[in-house]
Amino acid sequence: MFSFIFKRLLQSVVVMLTVALIAFAMFRFVGDPINNMVGQDTSQADREALAEALGLNDPFIVQFGRFALNAAEGDFGFSYKYRQPVSKLILERLAATLELSFVAAVLTLAIGIPAGVYTALKSKGLLSKGIMTLSLVGVSLPTFLIGILLILLFGVILRWLPTFGRGEVVALGWWTTGFLTASGLKSLILPSITLALFQMTLIMRLVRAEMLEVMRTDFIKFARARGLPDRAVHFRHALKNTLVPVITITGLQLGSLIAFAIITESVFQWPGMGLLFIQAVADVDIPIMAAYLVLIAFFFVVINMIVDILYYAVDPRLRVDNA
Amino acid sequence: MDLLNINNLRIEFPSRHGTVIAVDDVTLTVQPGEVLGVVGESGAGKSTIGNAVIGLLEPPGEMTGGHVFLKEQGIDTLSPEAKRKIRGRKIGMIFQDPLTSLDPLQTIEQQLVETINLHLKLGEKKSQARAVDLLRQVGIPDPENRIKNYPHQFSGGMRQRVVIALALCAEPEVIIADEPTTALDVSIQAQILELMRRLCKDKKVGMLIITHDMGVIADITDRVAVMYRGKLVEEGTTAKILGNPDHPYTQSLISAVPRPDVRLKRFPMVNYIEAEGERKKLLDLSTHWLGKARDYKAVQGPFISLKNLVMTFVTKPALLKHNRVTFNAVDDVSFDINEGEVFGLVGESGSGKSTVARMICSLYRPAAGEVNFLGTDLTKIKSEKERDYYRRQMQMIFQDPFSSLNGRMRVMDIIAEPIRFHKLAGSNREVEQIVTDLLDHVGLGAQAAVRFPHEFSGGQRQRISIARALATRPRFLICDEPTSALDVSIQAQILNLLKDLQEELGLTMLFISHDLPVIRQMCDRVGVMKQGKLVEVSATEDLFENPKAAYTRELLDLMPRLDSLSLEGLEVENT
Repeated sequence: MFSFIFKRLLQSVVVMLTVALIAFAMFRFVGDPINNMVGQDTSQADREALAEALGLNDPFIVQFGRFALNAAEGDFGFSYKYRQPVSKLILERLAATLELSFVAAVLTLAIGIPAGVYTALKSKGLLSKGIMTLSLVGVSLPTFLIGILLILLFGVILRWLPTFGRGEVVALGWWTTGFLTASGLKSLILPSITLALFQMTLIMRLVRAEMLEVMRTDFIKFARARGLPDRAVHFRHALKNTLVPVITITGLQLGSLIAFAIITESVFQWPGMGLLFIQAVADVDIPIMAAYLVLIAFFFVVINMIVDILYYAVDPRLRVDNA
Repeated sequence: MDLLNINNLRIEFPSRHGTVIAVDDVTLTVQPGEVLGVVGESGAGKSTIGNAVIGLLEPPGEMTGGHVFLKEQGIDTLSPEAKRKIRGRKIGMIFQDPLTSLDPLQTIEQQLVETINLHLKLGEKKSQARAVDLLRQVGIPDPENRIKNYPHQFSGGMRQRVVIALALCAEPEVIIADEPTTALDVSIQAQILELMRRLCKDKKVGMLIITHDMGVIADITDRVAVMYRGKLVEEGTTAKILGNPDHPYTQSLISAVPRPDVRLKRFPMVNYIEAEGERKKLLDLSTHWLGKARDYKAVQGPFISLKNLVMTFVTKPALLKHNRVTFNAVDDVSFDINEGEVFGLVGESGSGKSTVARMICSLYRPAAGEVNFLGTDLTKIKSEKERDYYRRQMQMIFQDPFSSLNGRMRVMDIIAEPIRFHKLAGSNREVEQIVTDLLDHVGLGAQAAVRFPHEFSGGQRQRISIARALATRPRFLICDEPTSALDVSIQAQILNLLKDLQEELGLTMLFISHDLPVIRQMCDRVGVMKQGKLVEVSATEDLFENPKAAYTRELLDLMPRLDSLSLEGLEVENT
């Protein structure tokens, strides 16, 4: 077990260094960093002094090492546009994105898994067929369109829910939360549904396919032949076996919920990292882009790590060492 | 009073192409303490009977006639909930594959306690005690500790014991066993059958055992019912059915069973199920492409000579060499095969027989040792061209006829591929003519060429594999369990075909099987393998009459006794 986690940790470090290298390359080679920082009228001598002060004349490997070390401490330099530390900018917006992704993830799992199980067990029922048809809509419609349609219906026509922003937030130290106010919660509804819809249908279809597969196996047949009631067969034996492969996909999907919140955040003007990133792209604010890239990679690595350990906990066949 | 009475049972499977009658007017009874065998080939409807009795017919199958009585209580008309309560409590079931019959994510204890508690409502503590007791009864050593293990921590035979323990949880009165030993080695099979027979007699349980294997029937049953295409054709005591069957189908089935006691020239009367391929248009091999140009240079010394072969697999990889855990699948094996003989290799699963075959045809690279083919060490060949020269002369026929043919190619292309690759024929027309002739020769007929593999049955596919193997005009054929996935009458046909081809073309063969009776029918000399080592090499008749190694004797003892098999009308080969 420990050697397994240790191996995964080593692999994670390699992944993070690779991503850092790409981020750094962007930093260093997309445009001239000095030009990005100073105005037209800065003299050549000043430019060179600045380059020297920033260490831009050092060898590549030294610069990369410095970048990686700083990044590991959470220091990504200053934003060109806001003239503030990037880490501070991101931290301010991290809470918004994580809260949105969290609600979307809960929606995804809380609706996706039961719907998948239901459609697998009652595959011939009318309701199952209805859900399956609807799920096609969820998979095929692009996120931004869903967002705009929801805004049109619930925000503009019915006027039930706010169409942009987080509403009122409460600050808990550096973390700001929308969970504690009515307007914050209301503001969460539309964007989280928009963000969750695609993942929800994906998880549902995956659970359904896996469940149908498991229901055909011999051990389910044998469980029935022992007279176990449907409830035990479906939930104690079938569902648990269904979830083994589903965990992997779910992990990856949670990562992309955070990473691809960009579109939803743009549509709903949600003050999260995604929106910050989109604006940074427009402004060629490279330090923010680099930080975002590294941070998202970090989330993916951490989630994958958790998934691997979960996998290990769920499936006894992987625990060979303990046998 | 009959324990179990199946009365005029009729089961239909409606389909788009009309209704299939899977079971047609079948009547069977089982008494307490009796083992009734239901035998038949695939598609005979024998498993369907078992599923119907326990109330688990796969949709769209439905009972359209007859009744099932358990101690004179009709159980087929009960509500689904009442049927469920009978399953496990009154009727237990054992399935074929112990590797997939248990939930892999739960310990044996969880599964046993769950079932015991459901039926007997003993409470957690007493259920656990009973679970341990059951495991002891089915012969699992150290049950107190083993019960905490997961299914994957048991071997196949042990898992089947756990399955039996699960079926016995609530002391059912009837047990239905559907091919309970088909997935097991012969030594494990003997143990499991012995266990089942003992439990059946001790507990006065009635058992319905469904199988295609005459060996199992001979070993364990009191009475036998023979099924053919959904109908019950004959029923009687085991000795009567095996020794003196009345119905022509039973006679043909019995004559197709490979006999452990004598060697036959050919299997007679084996075309009841699938008309034996008509080899009407036999090729004149003296003039045909297949027989021509077999002017291989004469062999000096042994045809094939294996010297100290070793094959190592890494079971636990590691960066540093001394941390790796390795396993010798084949350990210091040496033997010779002479030209024109059929050499058998026999052993239980995991004994390394297939690995030897794969090393001979260079699919695996031996860790050490020599593979001398016609005096050349194949492991030392560097040039691809030279390797192709030798590869063309040896071909392989695999066990599984379903996965060994490319499902997206037509039979014509499957067989033509080796001819084209080795450039053995000139024009495309010539190639097509050769393929057609080959198909005729193996008894499939030319019209098979335009069809796809999935349109053929297992036996027909194996004929395609044989035609493909012949397409390079080989002089050496490796058959790796060529018939173990086939029904017994189809097996007899394929073995007959291989015998004929071997004689006509003067082929040398390496014939691998776990089935000793098949080996006796096919081979001139036999090597016995155990855990990667060769324990004995003898002429076939010597091996069966006069085994030298202790392990060979053990295998022969475990072989199902088929002494009562009728010898009528069979041509015994004198050696």
